[in-house]
Amino acid sequence: MGVNLSSMRRLRKRLPLSRQVPRLPPSRVSSMASASAPKCNSHTSENEPVKSTSQDGVNCDLNETVPRLPGETLITDKEVIYICPFNGPIKGRVYITNYRLYLRSLETDSTLIFDVPLGVISRIEKMGGATSRGENSYGLDITCKDMRNLRFALKQEGHSRRDMFEILTRYAFPLAHSLPLFAFLNEEKFNVDGWMVYNPVEEYRRQGLPNHQWRITFINKCYELCETYPALLVVPYRASDDDLRRVAAFRSRNRIPVLSWIHPENKMVIVRCSQPLVGMSGKRNKDDEKYLDVIRETNRQLSKLTIYDARPSVNAVANKATGGGYESDDAYHNAELFFLDIHNIHVMRESLKKVKDIVYPNVEESHWLSSLESTHWLEHIKLVLTGAIQVADKVSSGKSSVLVHCSDGWDRTAQLTSLAMLMLDSFYRSIEGFEILVQKEWISFGHKFASRIGHGDKNHADADRSPIFLQFVDCVWQMSKQFPTAFEFNERFLITILDHLYSCRFGTFLLNCESAREKQKVTERTVSLWSLINSNKEKFKNPFYTKEINRVLYPVASMRHLELWVNYYIRWNPRIKQQQPNAVEQRYMELLALRDDYIKRLEELQLANSSKVSSASTSPSSPSQMMPHVQTHF
Amino acid sequence: MLGKGVVGGGGGTKTPKPSFVSYVRPEEIHTNEKEVTEKEVTLHLLPGEQLLCEASAVLKYVQEESCQRGVCGRLVCTDFKIAFLGDDEPALDNAETQFKNKIIGENDITLHCVDQIFGVFDEKKKSLFGQLKKYPEKLIIHCKDLRVFHFCLRYTKEEEVKRIVSGIIHHTQAPKLLKRLFLFSYAAAAQSIIATSPKDHTVMFDTLKDWCWELERTKGNVKYKAVSVNEGYRICERLPAYFVVPTPLPEEDVRRFQGHGIPIWCWSCHNGSALLKMSALPKEQDDVILQIHKSFLDGIYKIIHRPPYEIVKTEDLSSNFLSLQEIQTAYSKFKQLFLIDNSTEFWDTDIKWFSLLESSSWLDIIRRCLKKAIEITECLEAQNVNVLLLEENASDLCCLISSLVQVMMDAHCRTKTGFQSLIQKEWVMGGHCFLDRCNHLRQSDKEEHRRQLSLPLTQPKSSPKRGFFREETDHLIKNLLGKRISKLINSSDELQDNFREFYDNWHSKPTDYHGLLLPHIEGPEIKVWAQRYLRWIPEAQILGGGRVATMSKLIEMMEEVQSLQEKIDERHHSQQRLQAEAPCLLRNSARLSSLFPFALLQRHSSKPILPTSGWKALGDEEDLAKREDEFVDLGDV
Repeated sequence: MGVNLSSMRRLRKRLPLSRQVPRLPPSRVSSMASASAPKCNSHTSENEPVKSTSQDGVNCDLNETVPRLPGETLITDKEVIYICPFNGPIKGRVYITNYRLYLRSLETDSTLIFDVPLGVISRIEKMGGATSRGENSYGLDITCKDMRNLRFALKQEGHSRRDMFEILTRYAFPLAHSLPLFAFLNEEKFNVDGWMVYNPVEEYRRQGLPNHQWRITFINKCYELCETYPALLVVPYRASDDDLRRVAAFRSRNRIPVLSWIHPENKMVIVRCSQPLVGMSGKRNKDDEKYLDVIRETNRQLSKLTIYDARPSVNAVANKATGGGYESDDAYHNAELFFLDIHNIHVMRESLKKVKDIVYPNVEESHWLSSLESTHWLEHIKLVLTGAIQVADKVSSGKSSVLVHCSDGWDRTAQLTSLAMLMLDSFYRSIEGFEILVQKEWISFGHKFASRIGHGDKNHADADRSPIFLQFVDCVWQMSKQFPTAFEFNERFLITILDHLYSCRFGTFLLNCESAREKQKVTERTVSLWSLINSNKEKFKNPFYTKEINRVLYPVASMRHLELWVNYYIRWNPRIKQQQPNAVEQRYMELLALRDDYIKRLEELQLANSSKVSSASTSPSSPSQMMPHVQTHF
Repeated sequence: MLGKGVVGGGGGTKTPKPSFVSYVRPEEIHTNEKEVTEKEVTLHLLPGEQLLCEASAVLKYVQEESCQRGVCGRLVCTDFKIAFLGDDEPALDNAETQFKNKIIGENDITLHCVDQIFGVFDEKKKSLFGQLKKYPEKLIIHCKDLRVFHFCLRYTKEEEVKRIVSGIIHHTQAPKLLKRLFLFSYAAAAQSIIATSPKDHTVMFDTLKDWCWELERTKGNVKYKAVSVNEGYRICERLPAYFVVPTPLPEEDVRRFQGHGIPIWCWSCHNGSALLKMSALPKEQDDVILQIHKSFLDGIYKIIHRPPYEIVKTEDLSSNFLSLQEIQTAYSKFKQLFLIDNSTEFWDTDIKWFSLLESSSWLDIIRRCLKKAIEITECLEAQNVNVLLLEENASDLCCLISSLVQVMMDAHCRTKTGFQSLIQKEWVMGGHCFLDRCNHLRQSDKEEHRRQLSLPLTQPKSSPKRGFFREETDHLIKNLLGKRISKLINSSDELQDNFREFYDNWHSKPTDYHGLLLPHIEGPEIKVWAQRYLRWIPEAQILGGGRVATMSKLIEMMEEVQSLQEKIDERHHSQQRLQAEAPCLLRNSARLSSLFPFALLQRHSSKPILPTSGWKALGDEEDLAKREDEFVDLGDV
């Protein structure tokens, strides 16, 4: 398929550049690299060079050295040597606030070197002792959650390292010091309230719920049925609240099967839950068995209910030893169980560590492909996608309703249901739709963000930490690569979400479940990430987006099509260039602007014609003088 | 065999491993056979093309919704192609007919496109060649363009099987005389097509004028001249009739060693420096002759070392770069990754895809070609020196490197006609031995000459520029596959520093797509060119996705802008309103497959493609995999 290059060029040449071509929005990711320090490829974690301000609330006074958010206070500043892994040591001044670590070069024109929210810090280590020799061997090594390390060399005299270490530890890990996370101090104001984005009743109503088969229950209003579930649940109409309580007793952490999504036409549903408490003795629970059958019957289909257990079968069997297990054939006659072979959180954490090893600070060159393979990262992505495709296909083909669980139903289960919903329902592919999806399947259903990310927590080696949500976002990115016109949001949107997953600037990802958030009054006391994004949506839009209702997207879960997300995982490396806004996108934006311009002109002409004021030779807006001619040949 | 039923029905990870020969439901065959008598599809022959042999009641396997199905029809062999004429050819829709190849149909395999032929005997796959004692029940044809065809011959009459199998083997494997190539009978029978205005067509570089035009275009005419000393190939058959040399070079020097040792101009850079190539003087043991060679070359270098010429840097491609053998070996491994027989094979190889790719070292070869071209670009552009490419015959790696450099430096070479002209200039006129490299005459002893040389040229795709070539061009190049020498680049540190600085510097600036373009060469940036290599594999197609989705949006927008512009023009000139809408080629982009336009004829369904083999052992992570996600305290369970 061809775009005629020469005609495109002609088209472009004819444009008086100053007028017709509007300033393109800053490129998606490249702006991250294009901040003010060309030498060091600035390590800002904001998507915006700090100089340009206001829109996302960054207050920047020219007289001030550090940009500050409302509520942000400067704690200290110090002269340090930043040991850049790409360009060697750079003398600079570091500023530490209660939100960020900010470094300006003292060598070149006080350019910004990086701007890192303290929330990103996972670990702070002292390097070198009193006796250590050699240049820059005494200082701090900071490990970040976003695939990089920051190293500083400090003077041995005058306790400057001790001071910096203590201050950083205090503000990066506030929970260990009985300090609040920055999100609770942040006083930013946006013209959109992100907390209003997700309203469960509205979302269920959009899906056509409640209906004759499904009802909304408030049984969990005060989180008394299940502490980690949301207050509002959708359950089969035929199951009473007492039934639900009895089922809860047989499901790990009371996470009973509840509806996630219903197909608008064939009424097949995706239901999520945790594992049944079968145990070594192979316990059965009549209520649970009956409940699953009720779910199966909601759409009057005779086919069996399909159960997707996300785990590898060996793990599901092993879980019996700790009281868990899976739905056996003899107990659940009307269900068919499949294992999806997705590994646990520990495997995923180690896999991502290996990815960091091959990309930071240096990209493994000579054996890139085999090193990539040895991380297994893309293999895990493949399995998660494959599982979600199976869920989506079952539901979409009208074969049967689907029940998804893993062990507790808050990690792999969330990945599978949300990805399947993204494939099935084009609404979730819009910016707000995606926010609702995350808010619903992840945040409200108790994905343990606090434990998985370790917000403000100093225990970097905590076995509870795992990049499950990152893996989900990576899957979404893979899908958006395969279907470049199907998503309203761009790559920058996904990267922004991931940046604020760690930053602690917003309350969105804090704490483990809705009940805990309610106790902490998170929605009252913090700002939502969606406020930042929705008040500046243009920045996050994919120009190629074509809205298509009812189109099911099936990505190809083959290694032939899966790629490492270079713009995220390797973005700190100045050698691996962030793709400039790619040529096709750039050209498309130019054409879009040209189209809008023509439409305006056409309207003007129509207006001029109708009012009969036309003197082509004198009017300054005469098209013969002003209008660029496009000569596109097809 | 038929009893085994449908392969992979329903998909999912639970599919039993299909055996090599389980294909068709018996009822399908019956219905199909009935139709045979009702419909006869006619064979479309090109002028000068002759039917040689045929067989009826052949089944062609079609991958559909993760199972294979048989289509009944006739298998024919002509002096140009092998063709399958299915009995129930589906009607093509509008978009499809528009992009249909008018010469080679979906089920046509040109004889030169056949790479390997296999027969299946008792469920065992064997390579077929020479005289056969036993005829296979199934024929598998692997094509050079990476298509794979499976034909079942079980229902075909025995004599017909013999005739068609031995016919195909003979016509695709027996050595051929040049004059017997189909091309000649076609050219004699077909009317020659007269090229239109010279502005829009490819420059063929077969006249003095063409070379003068190119000299003028690149402003090389100040220091270089086109010569006709080889008119009628009086001096050398290897060289084109007309070519360009430094202005002061005496014509008799060209004659001296039949064109060897002569710096031949390829291209001039805007700053005056030029890219030159030279075929090395024949290797000699004799000291006297060596002395003669040396003084000859001294004379030559004196000419080009003196002002107005820039300093010359010699790049010896025969000793400092890839060997043709390396390229050939890598490509044979690489292509094997795409010649996939069935779905099971696809998913089995999917798990170790990256290590398989790496072990072929094809992508590494691509990287090294790109890197060499960037190094030369740096010399021309940043150091302002002339670069002289040196190679035994100056017709393999010279073609590759010089054309890559021009694609990077000269925006004209990135237009359709510009690229075609470049191929004509550097490869066809440059004397690349296509006949040997592709082994068109099938001389088995010439195997060592078959090296995929022009392929690296079609591969550089890590930079966005690639998107601007039209696929037709790719197609053209694809048909020009050739094949051919090396040591690792052991350049000095200084050279590496210059290179790095130049490369990093270019990449840190915004790109001007009409100026110099440098591809990314880091590991993660060199990727498989999916549209070429994966295009026939049904498992790899993304329905409604892939690059084609954005490209069709772009085309739609261009159409819209154009029609708006017309409207404004009409209003302005107060002419009558013509509401003629531009024809819409690709409006229904959602239906296109990512493999479009190559494999658009894959009838697609809405079924997802599911991997059928899953997980590889985790190795050292086995113990982690066994752990619980969290400590489970389940009370009195």
